[in-house]
Amino acid sequence: MNPLKQYLDLYRENRETIEQSSTPVLNALRTNALTVLEKEGSRLPGKCDEGYEKTAVDEMFAPDYGVNINGVKLPVDPSLTFKCDVPSVSTLLALVVGDTFIPTRTLLNNLPAGVTVTSLADASRTMPETVEKFLGKIANEDEAGVALNSLLVRDGLMVHVAEGVKAEKPIQIVNIFNTPVPTMAVRRVLVVAEENSSVKLLFCDHTQRDDTDYLDSQVIEVAVEAGAEVDICDIEESSPRTHRFSQLFTKQGNDSKLKVTGVTLVNGETRNNFTVKVEGNGCDTRLDGMAIGKASQSIDNRTYLLHASDHCSSNQLFKYVLDDSSRGAFEGLIEVAKGARFNEAYQSNRNILASKAARMHTKPQLLIYNDDVKCSHGATTGQLDERAIFYMQQRGIPQNEARTMLMQAFMVDIIEKVSIEGLSDRLRHLVERRFRGEDALCGDCSASCTPVTKKDNL
Amino acid sequence: MSEQLLKVNNLHASIDGKEILKGINLTINRGEVHAIMGPNGSGKSTLSSVLAGDPRFTVTEGSVDFHGMDLLSLNPEDRSHEGLFLSFQYPVEIPGVSMVNFMRAAVNAKRKYFNQPALTAGEFLKMMRVKREVVELDNKLASRSVNEGFSGGEKKRNEIFQMAVLEPCLSILDETDSGLDIDALRVVAGGVNKLKTPENSAIVITHYQRLLDYIKPDFVHVLYKGRIVKTGGPELALELEERGYDWIKQEIGEGE
Repeated sequence: MNPLKQYLDLYRENRETIEQSSTPVLNALRTNALTVLEKEGSRLPGKCDEGYEKTAVDEMFAPDYGVNINGVKLPVDPSLTFKCDVPSVSTLLALVVGDTFIPTRTLLNNLPAGVTVTSLADASRTMPETVEKFLGKIANEDEAGVALNSLLVRDGLMVHVAEGVKAEKPIQIVNIFNTPVPTMAVRRVLVVAEENSSVKLLFCDHTQRDDTDYLDSQVIEVAVEAGAEVDICDIEESSPRTHRFSQLFTKQGNDSKLKVTGVTLVNGETRNNFTVKVEGNGCDTRLDGMAIGKASQSIDNRTYLLHASDHCSSNQLFKYVLDDSSRGAFEGLIEVAKGARFNEAYQSNRNILASKAARMHTKPQLLIYNDDVKCSHGATTGQLDERAIFYMQQRGIPQNEARTMLMQAFMVDIIEKVSIEGLSDRLRHLVERRFRGEDALCGDCSASCTPVTKKDNL
Repeated sequence: MSEQLLKVNNLHASIDGKEILKGINLTINRGEVHAIMGPNGSGKSTLSSVLAGDPRFTVTEGSVDFHGMDLLSLNPEDRSHEGLFLSFQYPVEIPGVSMVNFMRAAVNAKRKYFNQPALTAGEFLKMMRVKREVVELDNKLASRSVNEGFSGGEKKRNEIFQMAVLEPCLSILDETDSGLDIDALRVVAGGVNKLKTPENSAIVITHYQRLLDYIKPDFVHVLYKGRIVKTGGPELALELEERGYDWIKQEIGEGE
């Protein structure tokens, strides 16, 4: 059975409830979404639809998850979730539980003038023209995955930075799952950096229980207007029973800068799509990814980077370390459109298979419809350097420790490129702990918060 | 008579099914320096690798006693803790692992092995500073990734620096002179001599007598086709320098 059917049925049965509790701006998306999804043959990508073995997105959506279409307020004790207010990283923090935005007092009291961080539903009431101008205009609404999100979306997050405003302090958004029943979050995120503004965003995905299946389905749209600078770091530390289908779409105006770093530390099954369209001239784009796979985790990143303008540069670096029987996939495509001149675009995917059972599928691609370009792409997959391990052992470093140090070292260049102040150190620490197999990541954190997974009553 | 440190008895080892060491016998007492020379492919580097526990090689026969321990039953890291140090002919570059982290891991692993507490950051840095002076290692190198972008000479200095830090009782210097100019050779050899005590010993593997002008051996062995075919005093090295190896091949009935 096509997994879309259950969601279409859900929508048809609850159409009135959904639309009445929502806003005209959000409801406007649903009309097109329904047309797309009802089209003959419309379906989510399957395992073999994309040319080679990738994530079966359709199977991700097949189970019967609870969807909070009525907007039931989920009980949350924000004090318990402050664990993510990571030490040495000073941020303005907000939580998004499922799709429900919960600001902290620090955030509300300290947001600089011209910076809005609020629920998408609220934004669609208070600043409908802005939301309407961008929402659904950056994402490809004709893709089934996006359309499904648009059909069921109720809320999410809006970050807006007014023209010329530089938001100095990073804004941290912690996405949380904590329901006791299998749940699907349908979340929509809109980030608008108006002309000559700048903002740094840190997304952290956390699952507070590891005894329940969750599906995280999000669409993030990012508008980087002319001269603006946006830096996004997205860290997933969920659970082996969390499935994530994240679709990020960006567009860039003239002379803008965008940096996106996707980090998968702990997960179950993850598929991240990065669709980056460079449409302004003189843009700079950096897209990095880092994935650590253990047990039977699966991590799949797909990038599509389009150069449709002149004098831009882009750089992609994705690195995976896969252990046990984990699986990784990377499919990256750079397209330089006809007439897009003087662009430089680079893409590199480097992987280490730390065990015999780990698998990596990679497919770097270039499509160039132009002469005046400098492009390169490449992928390598190998093992840890046995000579280095022996060298370290000869100096007395136990083999396991040597392996951990080499895996950590492999990720150094990604970690060091993260520009949010203090986050590199924090990531180094998290990655090291992850490689050491210490998965209770907040265990020795100096913030001394309660490990929330052990609390049952949220 | 001084105390025995290492006794290699009828050691055979192979790689990919090909036998390289064909019955090595070698006894080293505390305080002695032994030079091992021999033509290319005779098994000199294999001997040092096998003693250090390089997993590429398989020991097929023989035994090695290392101050009362069965060396061959220890994993490479425990051989290191027990005082065996190999200065690599080709030190490995490890991008992304800083010299400081590398050495701290090594030092503290050894302390853990002997049930000693890890060094504090202050103690460790002080130790690094003192040991660096032995081979005049630039502080800048200490902050870089292990051997990455080091010149040939810097790599060899770095080996001796690590030796100074780990204070082994048996150091095996595998062609430490290769790739060194005269000045670097003097510094490296000087470092080795500074670390010399009546308690520790060294095996110096080299092609050239030159290094032995700086590091004076008590014994010189000639390794040929996987066996030690001749042993003598320092004068043997001079004779080899002058006459090459053919006369030894003739002596053992293999001359051309």
